[in-house]
Amino acid sequence: MAAALAARAAGVKDVLLLERDQHLGGILNQCIHPGFGLHQFKAELTGPEYADRFVRLVKEDHAIEVSLRSFAVKLTGDKELSYLRPGALEEVKARSVILATGCRERTREMIHIPGSRPAGVYPAGLAQKMVNMEGWIPGREAVIVGSGDIGLIMARRMALEGVSVKAVIEIQKVSRGLVRNVVQCLEDFGIPLYLQHRVSMIHGRGRVEKVDVVRVDDELKDIPGSGFELACDTVLVSVGLIPENELLEMAGAEIDRRTNTPVAAGVNLTSIPGVFACGNACKVYDLVDWVTRDSELAGKMAAEYLGGPLS
Amino acid sequence: MKRAMTCIACPQGCLLELEADGSRLISVSGNKCKRGAAYARQEIEAPMRTFTTSVLTRGLELKMLPVRSSKPIPKEKLFEAMDAVKRITVTSPVKAGTVVAPDLLGLGADLVACRGLDKL
Repeated sequence: MAAALAARAAGVKDVLLLERDQHLGGILNQCIHPGFGLHQFKAELTGPEYADRFVRLVKEDHAIEVSLRSFAVKLTGDKELSYLRPGALEEVKARSVILATGCRERTREMIHIPGSRPAGVYPAGLAQKMVNMEGWIPGREAVIVGSGDIGLIMARRMALEGVSVKAVIEIQKVSRGLVRNVVQCLEDFGIPLYLQHRVSMIHGRGRVEKVDVVRVDDELKDIPGSGFELACDTVLVSVGLIPENELLEMAGAEIDRRTNTPVAAGVNLTSIPGVFACGNACKVYDLVDWVTRDSELAGKMAAEYLGGPLS
Repeated sequence: MKRAMTCIACPQGCLLELEADGSRLISVSGNKCKRGAAYARQEIEAPMRTFTTSVLTRGLELKMLPVRSSKPIPKEKLFEAMDAVKRITVTSPVKAGTVVAPDLLGLGADLVACRGLDKL
């Protein structure tokens, strides 16, 4: 939305905004906690409130055509885009494309936690959507793997919902999340953070029953004799995000295999002129305020590519 | 008594060093802005947190409505606030800022909608 609005402000006459969900706002809709907008709006907003500020502006601008429940399935190097919307496969030819496709979560399988395959293991962001948008509580006793911001936020959220959050387990020496989240999400609720520890096994038939935790040394090797068990019925995995750039790859752009981000000379750029990637699809951000700032730049860059600002 | 504290007023997370006598703040250092000093004072006197959660809806376009307290409430009241809002079901369309429940727990803060929701 920030890119669309900035492109319009820079003189682009016709913008199509595709959203696969039935509402605008993306991941902000499930981030119901406060802390957004301190830089952008000088106010502490929740995710939905932050999104709402942009939704209002987008709806006021009739040159931005919003297509909801629209899933982009194909992009070519000539900027021909195909997308599915209810009842139709649409094809459009754009002069410039901005991809704001965000990230997927890394999963349990990607960090190789051994053990059985019981129910009750969720990516933290999925659990966030369940709790905040669907009203489902995933379990009664939870262990959180990884101390990224989503894991910390979910530790607090689950604790508030009456779930016993046993621990947050982090393999590194420091939390990957913001310090303020360690304080207000863990310390406020008395949730222990085990640094330099890893979950070495998930046990359970049908449902998670317990996890094994072990301390690791500076080389991330297990320290013999340091293991202990935590009984739980739920494991939330918060171990990082992977930029979603399949469309870009389909279009023939160069992708860094290690980070899944576009290989390019600078922020928002891709190896295809006129195709831009902004927000978490470009690089993983800590703060939505910076996503907005850089996405506004993406909108301006697209406008410049299309022939510069109109006088 | 001297103690250390991490400021949570913004994502910078300054490490504050403060001196306090019970619930009276004597001095604070390490804060990069004046909000840090205000945070330290509040945290020593009576810690406050903005309360956010989702409440059930019926007949609206989403199953849950995200809500917040219109201003921070005492930290120790968070669980009581959760119990109170679990009894709420929103059945009428709301706009962002609509008061869902006035004067939550008599604390002087309203429970307000964080987004608009129309009828299904």
